[in-house]
Amino acid sequence: MGGHTSNYVPTSRWGKWLDERLPIARLMQSSFVDYPTPRNLNYLWTFGGILTVCLLAQIVTGVVLAMHYQPSDAGAFNSIEHIRRDVNYGWMLRNLHSVGASMFFLAVYIHIFRGFYYGSYKAPREVLWILGVIIMLLMMATAFMGYTLPWGQMSFWGVTVITNLFSALDTIYPGLGTAIVEWLWGGYAVSGVTLNRFFALHYLLPFVLTGVVGLHIWALHVVGQNNPTGLDIKQPSDTVPMHPYATAKDSVGLFAFLILFAWFAFFVPDYLGHADNYVEANPLVTPPHIVPEWYFLPFYAILRAFTSSFLGIPLGQYAKLCGVVAMFSAVILIAFAPWLDTSRVRSAKYRPIFKWFFWFFLFTCVALGYLGSKPAEGIYVIASQIFTLCYFLFFLAVMPIVGLIETPSRLPRSITDDVLSKGGTGLPTGATAAPESR
Amino acid sequence: MKKHLSLTLLSMVAATVAMGSLSAEEAGHQEIERQKWSFSGFTGQFDKAQLQRGFQVYKEVCAACHGLKRVAFRNLVQPGGPEFPEDAVKELAATWPNQITDGPNDEGKMFERPPLLSDPIRGPYHNDNEARASQNGALPPDLSLIARARDSHREASWYIHPFLMLGDILNAYQEGGANYIYALLTEYSDAPADYKLTDGKYYNKAFPGHQIAMPPPLSDGVVAYQDGTPSTVDHYSHDVVAFLSWAADPSLDQRKRIGWQVILYLIVTTGLLYLGKKRIWKNIKH
Amino acid sequence: MSTEALEPNRRDFLVVAGNAFVAVGAASLLWPFIQQMNPDASTMALSSVEVDLSPVKEGQAITAMWRGKPIFIRNRTKAEVEAAENVDVKTLPDDNARNENLPGDEPGTDANRTIKGHENWIVLIGICTHLGCIPKGQAMGDERGEYGGWFCPCHGSVYDTSGRIRKGPAPRNLEVPTYAFTTDTKIKIG
Repeated sequence: MGGHTSNYVPTSRWGKWLDERLPIARLMQSSFVDYPTPRNLNYLWTFGGILTVCLLAQIVTGVVLAMHYQPSDAGAFNSIEHIRRDVNYGWMLRNLHSVGASMFFLAVYIHIFRGFYYGSYKAPREVLWILGVIIMLLMMATAFMGYTLPWGQMSFWGVTVITNLFSALDTIYPGLGTAIVEWLWGGYAVSGVTLNRFFALHYLLPFVLTGVVGLHIWALHVVGQNNPTGLDIKQPSDTVPMHPYATAKDSVGLFAFLILFAWFAFFVPDYLGHADNYVEANPLVTPPHIVPEWYFLPFYAILRAFTSSFLGIPLGQYAKLCGVVAMFSAVILIAFAPWLDTSRVRSAKYRPIFKWFFWFFLFTCVALGYLGSKPAEGIYVIASQIFTLCYFLFFLAVMPIVGLIETPSRLPRSITDDVLSKGGTGLPTGATAAPESR
Repeated sequence: MKKHLSLTLLSMVAATVAMGSLSAEEAGHQEIERQKWSFSGFTGQFDKAQLQRGFQVYKEVCAACHGLKRVAFRNLVQPGGPEFPEDAVKELAATWPNQITDGPNDEGKMFERPPLLSDPIRGPYHNDNEARASQNGALPPDLSLIARARDSHREASWYIHPFLMLGDILNAYQEGGANYIYALLTEYSDAPADYKLTDGKYYNKAFPGHQIAMPPPLSDGVVAYQDGTPSTVDHYSHDVVAFLSWAADPSLDQRKRIGWQVILYLIVTTGLLYLGKKRIWKNIKH
Repeated sequence: MSTEALEPNRRDFLVVAGNAFVAVGAASLLWPFIQQMNPDASTMALSSVEVDLSPVKEGQAITAMWRGKPIFIRNRTKAEVEAAENVDVKTLPDDNARNENLPGDEPGTDANRTIKGHENWIVLIGICTHLGCIPKGQAMGDERGEYGGWFCPCHGSVYDTSGRIRKGPAPRNLEVPTYAFTTDTKIKIG
């Protein structure tokens, strides 16, 4: 995976034979063993590995569930109950998969906010960052279609509401939106036909996702990892080999994360779900309060912030369209962060003003999440509108302007300098082991 | 910096987790009181005797209108449930009033036969329309999943909510449905003077909207317990709700038992990995 | 370059123990993933069927379905029973009774493959023990092979009127499933 030469030496004849034909061991060695990682990475950098495990876990549990699931109008809900009740360990596999989706998003959000804080999106990591946004979009699509599969009330009405978003296009060209929606549904309403195609796509997308993750890791290995100082790697002593150093840390992070995962999967498996999804889908009755899964709530709040007016500005017939456009641009905008941010300093550690805006942005997202779970009425609507504005201002105003007016604090000369200047006497640089002795 | 990070992490975990369950609150909902259940919390398990009594209440009262179609007679025997003896359940199935439609037979006709162990515990109606027709338009829901399909939420200000939720997660609170059904069974009363009750409906404080088509199903003494448990509405309600909670989540006992093994394993392994990591990084400042 | 000198900690007890724990955890995680493919609780519960034998006249046969498998039930003629009884078990390719109603390795006499008092009835799992085809011989016009029992068209295995393998590639006699007479004309399989 480029960027670094391998010092792989095959130890056996067979290893040598293979190496001359398919140097896969060499590639692994250079990408995941010898690969130099910044020595100052903190535990937030373990989330890349955690996410890989999440993706794998979802695929493995998902394939296994698909062996028992029936994607049909009449069969879907029953087959989920069959899995929960009769299949050997079915309840466990099902909980691991449904809780796994939440854990995947939790990890991906931490991963993204880590990127925001340490400026991981800035040059030369733009493509890496955009691939990340594509991964997030694919995750969202996959999760959304996966949530329809249990065919409970929330599944059914979730699909109905979200697919109906496309009908907003009717305001641009009459009939266009309706045509798209009926194409998505394969009918005049959400039905077993819709469920069947969503199942097919839900099975397909994770493999597409895996491909993009491969590109994401490739791009990462070309440009190298960012680090808490945001500084480039300047000398061998800035780095340690990935194995055993980074891998040791990654496994600690992973297992700590798995404790949380297991707690949800075994003790509160339904906590992140919704009771209405234990009621079989009924096209004649809408549940009183439709909410998406928690990981969509901030975007859902942005969608709903556009009622007939936005912060007093009347929107008329364009209200629905505005909401839809705002929701999608809230995600797409993230991909433009590398060019919206004008500061040359990466890490918010050295950006006294931006740092505060970062925390406020995090608060904004959490607040939007909270508001997304509330009924769209009264004070909640106004608050949603204000925070929606804040969300967009972070990208469109804070990122470009703060970079221009802010004076960054003094940057360390190098990663090594930063690490050694921290507390105590610090060992002489010579003691920093592996990479230099190479 | 480290402090900052752990703070971010903590607040993000708290916040994201927080968002999850705010969802289903409804304004003007009656506060549902939380009951003590043998199966609540991260160590709770079902009480076999209680499940057996609960099944008796279901059989003698609820089954008159409600089915339990996702539970088969064989489930009443399996570990982690009421664990009735197999012979008793065979006899119960053979005499169950709601028979199974099977067929076609050699003449090509469908026929009714008594259920076997492998058959579901059916209610009195063959389909929803038949149920509505004989219940004045009201549909008595199937009870197999009712304890999961209902929920109850606490009202709290936005700044209190995250802590309540964190508490629920740490306490492995999953009994929102159970508490709601208990409240529903016990909170029938006369309607307040200013409340306009539709004909044929009953006033119930726990039910959303407060008027329910189901007449108060329980009264002291309607079920004769064999094991000396007092025959009161309160006991009936607790027992039948415990039974319904099992019906909706029959793997609970096994789930928590395996859960503890997994959690303990993960904690020990995380500890070992952490110590190993410290060894590996011993000579490297970072 | 020596790895030991470079990374003296790799062989550290804690590191080894940590890795061992991870390996054990990963291995035990496999269990539920393997188990989930085994027959589930609802499948295993469908364990018995009742068959009414009253319409089956002497010399006729019916096929019932049990656990997704065909069950051959034949009301044998006197001649067929006699033919089955007058066989020296020692000469058979498989001298085992293959009867699930019997405890162990009983010899494959006709008496050991039927139920006492109902010797005219033979009840078999109708699956060739070679590669799982369904032998011919149930319907009136079917080829029954030279021993008058069943004949598997796939690879030419020939079974006698007791369902024992006499010729051909099949290694074992046709299995007798667990069954019992609940009345004189009814059996319960499973």
